[in-house]
Amino acid sequence: MTDDPLLSVRGLTLDIPTGGGMLHAVRGIDFDLNRGETLCIVGESGSGKSLTSLALMGLLGPKIQRRATRMSFDGTDLQTASRRRLRQLRGDRMSMIFQEPMTSLNPAYTIGDQLAETLRLHRRVSKAEARARAVELLEKVGITAAESRLSQYPHQLSGGLRQRVMIAMALMCEPELIIADEPTTALDVTIQAQILRLLVDLQREMNMAMILITHDLGVVARVADKVAVMYAGELVETGPAAAIFGNPTHPYTRGLLNCIPIPGRNERGARLGTIPGIVPSLVGEVRGCPFRGRCDQRIGPCDEAAPLRHLPGGHDFRCVHPDGHRHEELTA
Amino acid sequence: MTAIPDAFEIVGPTPAQQLRKRMFGHQGFLIGAVILVVLVAIALLAPVLAPHDPYAQSLGDRMLRPVFMGGTWDHPLGTDHLGRDYLSRLIYGARVSLLIGAVAAVISGVIGTALGVAAGYFGGRVDTVVTFLINVRLAMPVVLVALAVVAILGGSLSVVIGVLGLLLWDRFAVVMRASTLQIRGREFVAAARAVGCSTPRILLSEIMPNIVNNLIVVVTLEMAHAILLEAALSFLGVGVQPPTPSWGLMVSEGKNMMLFEPWLVLIPGAVLFVLVLAINLMGDGLRDVTAPENRN
Amino acid sequence: MLRFILRRSGLALLVALTVSFISFSLLFLSGDPAIAIAGESANAQDVAAIRELYGFDRPMLVQYGDWLWSALQLDFGDSYYFRLPVADLIADRLSVTMTLGVCGILFALLTAVPLGVIAAIRPNSIIDRIALFLSVAGQAMPSFWFGLILIVVFAIKFRILPASGADSWRHFILPTIVLGYYAMPAIMRLTRAGMLEVLSADYIRTARAKGASEGRVLFKHALRNAIIPVVSLAAVQMGFMLGGSIVVESVFALHGAGYLAWESIGRNDLPTVQALILVFALFYIVFTFLSDVLNAWLDPRMRSS
Repeated sequence: MTDDPLLSVRGLTLDIPTGGGMLHAVRGIDFDLNRGETLCIVGESGSGKSLTSLALMGLLGPKIQRRATRMSFDGTDLQTASRRRLRQLRGDRMSMIFQEPMTSLNPAYTIGDQLAETLRLHRRVSKAEARARAVELLEKVGITAAESRLSQYPHQLSGGLRQRVMIAMALMCEPELIIADEPTTALDVTIQAQILRLLVDLQREMNMAMILITHDLGVVARVADKVAVMYAGELVETGPAAAIFGNPTHPYTRGLLNCIPIPGRNERGARLGTIPGIVPSLVGEVRGCPFRGRCDQRIGPCDEAAPLRHLPGGHDFRCVHPDGHRHEELTA
Repeated sequence: MTAIPDAFEIVGPTPAQQLRKRMFGHQGFLIGAVILVVLVAIALLAPVLAPHDPYAQSLGDRMLRPVFMGGTWDHPLGTDHLGRDYLSRLIYGARVSLLIGAVAAVISGVIGTALGVAAGYFGGRVDTVVTFLINVRLAMPVVLVALAVVAILGGSLSVVIGVLGLLLWDRFAVVMRASTLQIRGREFVAAARAVGCSTPRILLSEIMPNIVNNLIVVVTLEMAHAILLEAALSFLGVGVQPPTPSWGLMVSEGKNMMLFEPWLVLIPGAVLFVLVLAINLMGDGLRDVTAPENRN
Repeated sequence: MLRFILRRSGLALLVALTVSFISFSLLFLSGDPAIAIAGESANAQDVAAIRELYGFDRPMLVQYGDWLWSALQLDFGDSYYFRLPVADLIADRLSVTMTLGVCGILFALLTAVPLGVIAAIRPNSIIDRIALFLSVAGQAMPSFWFGLILIVVFAIKFRILPASGADSWRHFILPTIVLGYYAMPAIMRLTRAGMLEVLSADYIRTARAKGASEGRVLFKHALRNAIIPVVSLAAVQMGFMLGGSIVVESVFALHGAGYLAWESIGRNDLPTVQALILVFALFYIVFTFLSDVLNAWLDPRMRSS
């Protein structure tokens, strides 16, 4: 492992022009990811998780404006790289798995064609070699009779199988970074665990770095090295998984953790936590802590800004309170 | 400070106001509507506006050129091969086109809507039969059949209207069937059925109001279609018969002199083009502003 | 797939049969066909003789059965005007109409598909606006008038193309444009709408995530899917166009089947008109059938089911 992180992001900001004004969808995100590491980005829908991942891949729509002070992948500046250079990275050294396996495969081509295409876009290999590699990966993702699957069309496969194919496709060139955007949300509950286990096993086996986007904290607890909690376009808390789960500091993170049952912590039959209120509008100027409308620790200065605070061990959070708690409550 | 909007407060214009706003904000619709209103007004006021009797021949004044080609203001758009005032014939021709377009669209609209709604609402055998009828109708070459029937029955205004009305119902049936199918499964229809509304009542007060937007769009498009077809029939000499001033007929009459006096062909064709264009722009505009995907 | 083809061809046959009945019954719309043949001035004796000769005194359904049986053997009777077998007359003229139809649809596809694709890639650009204008104008343009304008400009004013006849390929240029322009708006709109829809599909994002170039994304991944409905529309339009060629052929004096139909209507030559209606309807039926089969074959989802 080198000292430089594989992926380094500073001040990533995404703005979307809308009829009612500029929507500040993602504001000033920072994080680093080392080789072989797993970063889980958690947050509710609409918090900007998916946009962030698309921004890293350079797959945002033309209307969305992207700014960052740094966005580099293994020394390549993703902001200044040519379209051609980005194309060479995509699918080869960084690849992505999407949320919707049902619609993410091209209905007009066979599984084999689509798998082979990824390899042939980046490597000088014959059709036969590409096919052999496709079979190898289909077997790797646990698809039986891989050889015969190659000539099948996406509509002939179930959702779970299609997501396995998507994973195989993302791994065709042995990427160093894989971004999985809620890869199991669209699948049956019984399949979800299988696919996730598969993804994590393959990641370890191939020593890839992974960004896993999810709102399932149970998953995060099992696989994450690092966790980034996202709320309304900002990272409200980041840090090593142990620190986040052991010492959740931001009121939102604490609220989130209260929403899931943990054996031993929650009593049988006790009510799970909820976070009341709604996410604020991000159209127009956004000031102050975005969470204050739903926060039980709110005080006056929350309207102005939420400073970034550092705890030992790379554990950061954004809150007016130095420890995430209103003072009276501590003394009470 | 960011305002956090109240989730339950409903603000803003009513749907009707929104629709009106979109209609007046839609360029194509506005242009089409203005042209159409002007042309309808001209058609209604023909006796007042026309400078001459459209039927009055004057063999001494044949093929006088329009004023912009060196003619006189007595005949602003010149005269045809029988010395009839071209402008007056154009003005009266608007009546023929609009009348044929409107009545034919209404006739075919009634037939097509009845068939389409029945097919969409009842489904099953009714749907099979209607779909088959639509297939048969589409297979018939419209121009040829219309020509043949008008030729056999004789080319009067009412025959042309009747034939076009009986031939152009296919799009109504297709669109109304699809729209009804969409509405049929909705909760409010099930609710009406559950409280015991009669079938005619459900069709009229639950289904129709929800598909009438699509119906209006098809009416405009088919009206344009009927106007074009009448012109083509008259051009081929088997539509409205001379001396009735029909634009298609005027193009046909001017055709022989086209080599020397191309304006005889250009003017009536251009007017026809503008009328059909206006109706189509309006229809497309209506489709845009009433399309459900434009409502948010 | 085979079952689909069988069912679809059954429907086509049934439609053809119904159309044949309708076109046959046209003969009786005029009242007494015997008078039509004999002419207004014929005496009662002649009319009766003709009635017997042509078998008009038999029940209508019997006559239809007879006519259909002969039609199945490509015998549509003799033309009242030419006193020649109708089938020979039509066969003679059909090649001109077919040539015109094929050229017309090719012209429409070659202009409409590229325009539609560009319009979809750059919505609201100048090219999108031009394409929209062309399609709106195309739908409002009376084809006979458009034909005459082309004649005035290219044949009379600049004298670079012939105005009428079918002697060389140059005679087909103007009619092809007029007939093709008729089919262009629908094809262009469908291409544009299809491309717009496909370009926002998830699998296009997947293709980009793979590192495919923009050209590859557009043509290999997007157009391949967007073109499926266009192909079937083109086949249907082809059927419509052959029926619509009557106007174009009369404007350019192209002596094809459409021209024959126009002449025959003017001459009250009912057997020829009947047969032509049936022939044009059959073209439409065959082309829509082909369009459905082609559609099913191009779409893997339908091919395998």
